[in-house]
Amino acid sequence: MTLEILTPDKKVFEGEAKSVTLPGNLGFFEILNNHAPIISTLNDGKLTVKGATEEVFFIKGGVVEALNNKVTVLAEGIIHK
Amino acid sequence: MANLKEVRNRIASVNSTQQITKAMKMVSAAKLRRATDAIVQLRPYASKLKDLLANLSASLEDGASPYLQEREPVRVLVVVVTSNRGLAGAFNTNAIKAANNLISEKYSAQMKAGNVSIVAIGKKGHDFYTRRKFNVVGNHNDLYLDLNFINASKITDEIMKGFVNGQYDRVELVYNHFKNAAMQFLITEQLLPVPKPEKNEKEAAKKDATPESQVDYILEPSKEEIVEQLIPKNIKIQLYRAVLDSNASEHGARMTAMDKATENAGELLKSLKLSYNQARQAAITTELTEIVSGAAALSGS
Repeated sequence: MTLEILTPDKKVFEGEAKSVTLPGNLGFFEILNNHAPIISTLNDGKLTVKGATEEVFFIKGGVVEALNNKVTVLAEGIIHK
Repeated sequence: MANLKEVRNRIASVNSTQQITKAMKMVSAAKLRRATDAIVQLRPYASKLKDLLANLSASLEDGASPYLQEREPVRVLVVVVTSNRGLAGAFNTNAIKAANNLISEKYSAQMKAGNVSIVAIGKKGHDFYTRRKFNVVGNHNDLYLDLNFINASKITDEIMKGFVNGQYDRVELVYNHFKNAAMQFLITEQLLPVPKPEKNEKEAAKKDATPESQVDYILEPSKEEIVEQLIPKNIKIQLYRAVLDSNASEHGARMTAMDKATENAGELLKSLKLSYNQARQAAITTELTEIVSGAAALSGS
């Protein structure tokens, strides 16, 4: 699946990923390949991307949309990596 | 005939002014590039957010969010976006003039009752309205020192809080929209309450045709809550975009102003050099006639 992490200031991440773990409003959850379409709001917290390498971002709130193996994370900001 | 030394001094001073305006133009060009980059960076986020919101709120009823609440505009807040620095042509004057027009045309009754507040982003607007004893709320001149979304959101948060508390019934936004380096448009738009999207039939039909709107999303935690969270984000984006636009416009305006100034300095230099050379020629001619006539007088005796 392709993953995009966008903030208003810049595009933080774009590329292929095997999985992404997100700080959802109802708790952490993971999106894998072929996930059903979902829109969820996100809390402040840790976002982990697993692809060729593992990357961790601390995001400041936001929303995620997954559709047809394309995951888009709209975060208000990245606190630190 | 102008004094030679005087003209020389003026040439020197115009020369250094020209160097300054030229340097300022270069600096503005570099800053303009960065400012337009920021606008481009914002675009994917803004458009995605707009898509999501349009997808979700189409079937939602009114009154879902406090930011949609339409009220009688008794207390009005005008957000004026200007710059911290001058020397940008009519950039700041235009923004202030547009804000004044808006107040005198649309909200003159509120103005008389003293119910118009101002949030000035940028020192020029802030100074203008404080000097004229307007009710200026807060001081946001530092925003340009570190212009990013989080800092801009702090201002929007305050404004939104004021709106929900009933401190303001309507919030208007005045800023320079960036078209290109030479052109800025003044935009006046309503920030709060969020204007209702025009339900365009053609658009609705188009939306039905695309498969995306028929996708059955899992919505967490719920549709209402998601929309409730997205609407403030959208408002923040609107203000942030206005500030970014204004920032790019400022550098564009300064660039053109400084370009003109450099050009004018060049013309001035040309005419000064001409009069300098004329004065020099005249001085030489007088000296020559003096010598020749002196010699003639000597040989004659």
